[in-house]
Amino acid sequence: MVDVFDLVIVGAGPAGLEAARSAFAPGRRIAVVDDNPRPGGQIWRHDPTQDPPRAFRSLWDHLDSSGTRFLCSHRLVAFESGPTLVLESPTGTRRIRGERLLFACGARELFLPFPGWTLPGVYGAGGLQALAKGGLPVAGRTVVLAGSGPLLLASAVTLLRHGARVEAIIEQAPTGEVARFLALLPRWPLQTLAALALIRRLIRVPYWRGVWVSGARGRDRLCEVEVTDGRTNRILPCEALGTGYGLVPNIEAPNLLGCKLTGSLHPAVAVDSQGETSLPGIYAAGEVTGIGGVGRARLQGALAGVAAMGETQRIHGLLGRARHANAYVGHLAQHFRLREPVRRLAGPATVVCRCEDAALGPAHGTSPVDPRALRLLTRIGMGHCQGRICLHALAETRPEPFLREWLARPRPPLFPTRLETLAGLGDGTNPVPPT
Amino acid sequence: MARDLIVVGCGIVGACTALAAQQAGFRTQLVESRFPGAGVSAAGMGHLVVLDGPELALSARSLELWREILERNPRSFEYRQTGTLWVAESGADQAALATRQATLAAAGIASAWLDPRALNLEEPALAPDLAGGLLLPGDGIVYPPKAVHELLTRAVALGATVRCGRRVTALAGDGVVLEGGEHLAGEVVVATGGAGSELLPELPLMARKGHLVITDVSGPSIRHQLVEAGYTQGVHAPSGLSIAMNVQPRPTGQLLIGSSRENGVFDPAVSTEVTAALVRRALRFLPGLGRLPATRIWTGFRPATPDGLPYIGHVPGRGPVWAAFGHEGLGITTAPATAELLVDRILARGSVLDGAPYDPARCLG
Ligand SMILES: Cc1cc2nc3c(=O)[nH]c(=O)nc-3n(C[C@H](O)[C@H](O)[C@H](O)COP(=O)(O)OP(=O)(O)OC[C@H]3O[C@@H](n4cnc5c(N)ncnc54)[C@H](O)[C@@H]3O)c2cc1C
Ligand SMILES: Cc1cc2nc3c(=O)[nH]c(=O)nc-3n(C[C@H](O)[C@H](O)[C@H](O)COP(=O)(O)OP(=O)(O)OC[C@H]3O[C@@H](n4cnc5c(N)ncnc54)[C@H](O)[C@@H]3O)c2cc1C
Repeated sequence: MVDVFDLVIVGAGPAGLEAARSAFAPGRRIAVVDDNPRPGGQIWRHDPTQDPPRAFRSLWDHLDSSGTRFLCSHRLVAFESGPTLVLESPTGTRRIRGERLLFACGARELFLPFPGWTLPGVYGAGGLQALAKGGLPVAGRTVVLAGSGPLLLASAVTLLRHGARVEAIIEQAPTGEVARFLALLPRWPLQTLAALALIRRLIRVPYWRGVWVSGARGRDRLCEVEVTDGRTNRILPCEALGTGYGLVPNIEAPNLLGCKLTGSLHPAVAVDSQGETSLPGIYAAGEVTGIGGVGRARLQGALAGVAAMGETQRIHGLLGRARHANAYVGHLAQHFRLREPVRRLAGPATVVCRCEDAALGPAHGTSPVDPRALRLLTRIGMGHCQGRICLHALAETRPEPFLREWLARPRPPLFPTRLETLAGLGDGTNPVPPT
Repeated sequence: MARDLIVVGCGIVGACTALAAQQAGFRTQLVESRFPGAGVSAAGMGHLVVLDGPELALSARSLELWREILERNPRSFEYRQTGTLWVAESGADQAALATRQATLAAAGIASAWLDPRALNLEEPALAPDLAGGLLLPGDGIVYPPKAVHELLTRAVALGATVRCGRRVTALAGDGVVLEGGEHLAGEVVVATGGAGSELLPELPLMARKGHLVITDVSGPSIRHQLVEAGYTQGVHAPSGLSIAMNVQPRPTGQLLIGSSRENGVFDPAVSTEVTAALVRRALRFLPGLGRLPATRIWTGFRPATPDGLPYIGHVPGRGPVWAAFGHEGLGITTAPATAELLVDRILARGSVLDGAPYDPARCLG
């Protein structure tokens, strides 16, 4: 059986929730799908020890009573024709279809492999933040956050709030770039306020620029990291390291459907000024269209929500602000772009693909290899995460088009999917978008 | 002086041929348009299996040769002697397997009949209502990309040379023409798999699409490659879609689930319907697997001749041009015997196998 809605939104983060609110009107059937147990996405991830953030609360109050259907703990894993969305939950499989479809499936962290990054005690910066919210005891533990971009600061604030001792934030961008980023930030007042709120809470945490973690060490688990500026190294003892070199859009689902992508290194879903993708009736909003933070995600979501419902008047009120917010994507990318040495940290024996425990081995170095040949021989990218982590790392560290080659031939399932779900897949060899 | 042999295509067949030719004293040059193992060899299951139909002679001889190949460095092939357990669903299957057992015994290949109780002891994950199974202990599995790599490494160690990223665009009277116009002189073996009829259009070839599903490592432990008795009917089915349970335990703990055959489909995209059908068939035999996550699905095209047997031998009217393609769904298994037979034919000497059933001349109009 297929439940049919006027609008189906994939992702209950800021973009998806704003879209649901703006698209709402009495009598409209709207569904929001998210694979987390509760709505909120990455930034508003549920934290039982804290009151929900005010922005989330006001949105949620609105939606909770609206009759919008929330399918939490439901993950989009495949399409049938229509396109019908095949959703898997811990208890079963269900199918839904929307007259309109909106992808607000967010982003994930970019990891770059370096010697020691697979030691227990090394996490993603946002991953560690999520774990702390989820109950990982961090109180009293010494933590280092390293990588690039504002997410390091957001993660530090969460960790401090949960009682961790944040030793330092290690930002690879040089001081000059960070200064230029801050100098132009006031063009975006919302982002400026958010940054000030973070900085105010991090007064006592050292923020080192122009340095990066070149190695993590410890016998069975992490006990220290090596920090370098490319010339001199220093050792920093710590019990946990959160690393993250920025975010990459979760383009897998729209890509499988056939939406055009944009950008070369870590592609995003291409949308027009109102959020419509290259496929008619299919929209995208938030980080899946480019990394620009929560403020932009919300605006884009609101815009795409009304655009999907064809509310021309309300579209015009939002267009200008959304355009301005979009410019922040480039601002962020420019000043926190990754430096050459940071992309060259992995050695021939450094595990690149954690799922398959695979390193580049003899293929390490500068001479180009065939991406498919390397995958077949090392099994890099063939594991549980389906290349979501390692192929993005390789896109940074290698000259070959690992990712492009992979994304050009998308295949279901979007996530590891139970055999019983696959067994129930119906027709739909090639999902056809609605017209 | 050594004879020059140009092997076009470095899949499992080209790699085996280069190795056998080099061992026989040829000066062998491999030309591969992409990289070694880029073709259907990368997609296959890597089940080394003796079949009892028309493929019996070639597959049985191949398994003997595989055992010699695998004496050295079996790990670089990721080899495991899993055996094959042919599973009977019905009394009819049971009768068919009894015939198979007799045919194989006549060829000197041992197998053992397992009644339902023994079957359950051997593979507890199988459904309880099955009629029994036939166990062939000598069969095994390899990881085809690594097998191609290792065979090629051995050929190169004996002096063979490889040129990757070079496409052969035409056969010349005395050799081949490469993309860009370069000419190589020598006798030619066409081992281009599914692309065989691009260079030799007179030899008919079809593509039979197959789907494979691989799971996570968290499944039940399965020791043998499990294949339903009716699988061979699907292999010989002339048209349409055929599905048969064919499940391989990978050394990693994953399960590789097949298999499907479709004629006349040329789009490599994964079909959700075919996937569903083959998974349903696997769940019929392994009912406890429903909650096991599948991580990836892929497809490949088996190069099939009209009678299902590969072309191995001289191509009439072509000068010194030899064919070695069309191995359908059995080329990983049958590559070594193909190479042996072909080299013997090129040298015009006797061979272990009778080459007549594989002579390309049989399919010329
Ligand atoms: C780990 C992490 C932590 C972050 N922490 C912060 C922070 O503290 N502060 C900050 O300003 N920014 C943070 N960010 C950035 C944040 O992503 C954005 O600012 C904002 O949340 C983007 O909103 P969004 O709605 O576009 O996406 P998201 O908030 O990422 O929401 C997308 C949602 O879609 C779900 N989803 C994706 N694919 C599927 C599928 N196939 N089926 C079902 N559901 C699916 C995801 O699980 C997620 O819940 C973080 C990012 C990450 C990756
Ligand atoms: C789903 C599936 C499952 C299978 N399972 C099994 C199994 O379990 N056991 C088994 O034994 N077999 C199995 N097979 C069959 C097996 O994979 C094939 O029979 C075998 O790989 C054929 O090998 P090949 O060397 O002839 O072809 P290929 O591997 O395709 O090699 C041909 C090579 O030639 C190159 N080439 C093509 N044209 C040119 C040109 N003009 N110039 C230069 N180079 C060129 C190609 O790039 C390619 O590398 C399976 C097949 C499929 C599709």
